[in-house]
Amino acid sequence: MTPVNRTDAHADVLVVGAGPAGLALAARLARAGAGRVEVLEREPEPGGMPRHLHHGGFGRAPLPWLRGPAYARRWARAAAAAGAAVRTGVTATGWAGPLRLETTSPAGLERITARAVVLATGARERPRSARLVPGSRPPGVLTTGELFRSVHEYGLPIGRRAVVVGAEPVARHAAATLRQAGTDVVAMVTEQPRAAAVPGIPVLTATTVGELHGRGRLTGVAVRHRDGRTGLLACDTVVFTGDWIPDHELARRGGIPLDPGTRGPCVDAAFRTAAPGVFAVGNALHGIESAATAVGEGEAAAASVLAHLAGAPWPEAGPPLHVRAPLLWVTPHRITGIARRPLLLRSAEAVTAPVVTAAQDGRTLWRRRFPVPASPSRSLRLPPHWTARVDHAGGPVVLALG
Amino acid sequence: MTLTRRGPLPGGAPYDVTVVGAGVVGSAIARELSRLPLRIALIDACDDVGNGTSKANTAILHTGFDAVPGSLESRLVRDGQRLLAAYAADTGIPVEPVGALLVAWNEEQLAALPGLADKAVRNGYRSARILPAHEVRAREPELGPGVLGALDVPDESLICPWTTTLAYATQAVRAGVDLHLNCPVRSVAPGEPHTLATGRGPLRTRHLVNAAGLYADEIDRFLGHTDFTVTPRRGQLIVFDELARGLVRHILLPVPDARGKGVLVTPTVYGNVMLGPTAEDLDDRTATGSTADGLALLREKGRRILPALLDEEVTAVYAGLRAATGQDDYAVRAHPAQRYVTVGGIRSTGLTASMAIAAHVVGLLAEAGLPLTGARDPEPVRMPNLGEAFPRPYRDAAMIAADPEYGRIVCHCERVTRGEIRDALAATVPPASPDGLRRRTRARGGRCQGFHCGAAVRALFEEARP
Repeated sequence: MTPVNRTDAHADVLVVGAGPAGLALAARLARAGAGRVEVLEREPEPGGMPRHLHHGGFGRAPLPWLRGPAYARRWARAAAAAGAAVRTGVTATGWAGPLRLETTSPAGLERITARAVVLATGARERPRSARLVPGSRPPGVLTTGELFRSVHEYGLPIGRRAVVVGAEPVARHAAATLRQAGTDVVAMVTEQPRAAAVPGIPVLTATTVGELHGRGRLTGVAVRHRDGRTGLLACDTVVFTGDWIPDHELARRGGIPLDPGTRGPCVDAAFRTAAPGVFAVGNALHGIESAATAVGEGEAAAASVLAHLAGAPWPEAGPPLHVRAPLLWVTPHRITGIARRPLLLRSAEAVTAPVVTAAQDGRTLWRRRFPVPASPSRSLRLPPHWTARVDHAGGPVVLALG
Repeated sequence: MTLTRRGPLPGGAPYDVTVVGAGVVGSAIARELSRLPLRIALIDACDDVGNGTSKANTAILHTGFDAVPGSLESRLVRDGQRLLAAYAADTGIPVEPVGALLVAWNEEQLAALPGLADKAVRNGYRSARILPAHEVRAREPELGPGVLGALDVPDESLICPWTTTLAYATQAVRAGVDLHLNCPVRSVAPGEPHTLATGRGPLRTRHLVNAAGLYADEIDRFLGHTDFTVTPRRGQLIVFDELARGLVRHILLPVPDARGKGVLVTPTVYGNVMLGPTAEDLDDRTATGSTADGLALLREKGRRILPALLDEEVTAVYAGLRAATGQDDYAVRAHPAQRYVTVGGIRSTGLTASMAIAAHVVGLLAEAGLPLTGARDPEPVRMPNLGEAFPRPYRDAAMIAADPEYGRIVCHCERVTRGEIRDALAATVPPASPDGLRRRTRARGGRCQGFHCGAAVRALFEEARP
């Protein structure tokens, strides 16, 4: 189908996604005089995920800790004050060229050409279907994202008795939001062998959701413990939490290679994807991390974007970073220069006092014992200094435990 | 225009014809009857049209190449394919003529291809031909290893089953058919007229058409007939995200062999890829749940057919029940003395055959004394397009310029705009649930399943709820 009547527009930097990473990057670029910095946000309001997170704990010293919505507004104001154009209700629907995006908004269709494009498209939770949880398909099956918006943004009724799948921080926030909405939380269910206690809510560890029951409305969730015991939790609502996947569709439509571990665009330590002029930052790279991490990545990427605008050549991709099980993924995915920020490393299993090694072609580059446990819900932050020892003509750099 | 979903049924004179079952077949029959200057009712136990077997089929507009030659099904599928293809073009129902390949993975299947090609000819379909392995691979580069050949059936097409049923029902209601939903039939007192005891009170009708799908044998028994028993056959399906669409170009049909019928891999008009169905005979007519075993089986078979498919995100898993009767043909039976027609045993080809079934049934009613005088052509309808191969509002500058709501995307995965949701909620046959809204717009039907838009879509639905 031939797109008709598209308005052509230009920007120096086009940032897709006005969450903390995109806004922080746009603010820094605009302040640095990068020219026209435009942030496209498909939602009606800027701010990204924190808009829906009504608990506190956002921001960093010396700023006061804020609730999510206030934090989202702060970054939207910061980007606008710095001179970035934050456009809401605008969706980037696809690519019309290497650095040219097609958009849809109530104002019409555009084709925006930029000198640099930054994908800051965020992440989503895998829904019940993607987790292949069998059973019936009644109403009452949610993700945390839908729950938060339903309660906080629209005041929609949820249900009377809910089961929360997951026991990570996001699951605990889901439980709190359910209680706030007047819904009893029957149980939290996690496949992990251990989980933090939650006052007043039974946490079923080493337990999987077997099947959903109910027609017209959810009536229960069948669960199975690792030891073979099974049971049915009567409930009218189930919230699937966590299991994040980057919103990588725009990257894929642009032919940008993804990392098989994160399912986000493959980037080097300067947030460069394989496509010259296209960068990626924030949760689009790795699923959910703290807002502060997203902001840090956005701010750090500003230097790389400025260098690109100033004419720095797009470097040859350096050696890839690989992980060994039980490690799931690492970001960045390639080492082209010396990393300036901590690398994020995620394990599929909880490991106490993990020892992480980095090796290339049989040569150990770095090794360290961490006092904090490796966890499926929290990344280890590896100091970046050892990346200076990577041989750029060498083979893959392999990260492993032990 | 009359559509009711609650309260006692309207009284007054008996209906001339009542169609029980507002699936794709019942709705097509009601539409065909709506040409006549008669009082027609279309009733269904569900809260929406097309909410049973019709919503969960494999969404293919068949050529009928593999029907039993000489059967009623063979004739009605062949005629229906032509009728529905033309109707779809006029009405805006998305159809993509991608063609089908019946892929042979073993010698037995390869040996079966000439017989299938011959059967196609006997069904009046002459364009099927056998392709050698290298040509199959050139056409479908992502196929798994071990392809020996295929039967090419170039006229098999993809179609939107939801819009088809909705178009029929919309046209019928606009032409004066009374559509009563949430209206299960509890018993029938045969007579002149028949009196149906429904969940919403009595309904009197001179002629009765039974298009009750999974429950067709129950309605039949109310009138004293035991011609067939419906055994629900469950088909579980996995739908993959539209980013998988590039992996497959044709409908990849299985070649039946001694180990039974395999599964198919097919694109959909919405731009997804579908894998399935299983075939499990059950007793429970409400068992529309998926099972861990069923999904594991589909994934195992899918991995052999199209290995890369399994790496893609799953957007939906669902199960449909087919109304199997253990017979090799449709069970369409006229009982003229009772002014009663049963339309039973309509399997997945029923979508394709629906318009031809409708014409056939009206003919049977006429033989039982229904007057066909004064027929007029129904007012054409134009349905909102849900197909990826046709212009959708979010890419239509003229639509957005005329009404900016068509530029306001609410469901980001499926690119559904607020204007489309508003239109569906205000349509002749509006949805009764967010699921019904999804079948009319695709809203919250994508990879995030409502993570981003679920609350917004539900709020729009609740706002419009009467």
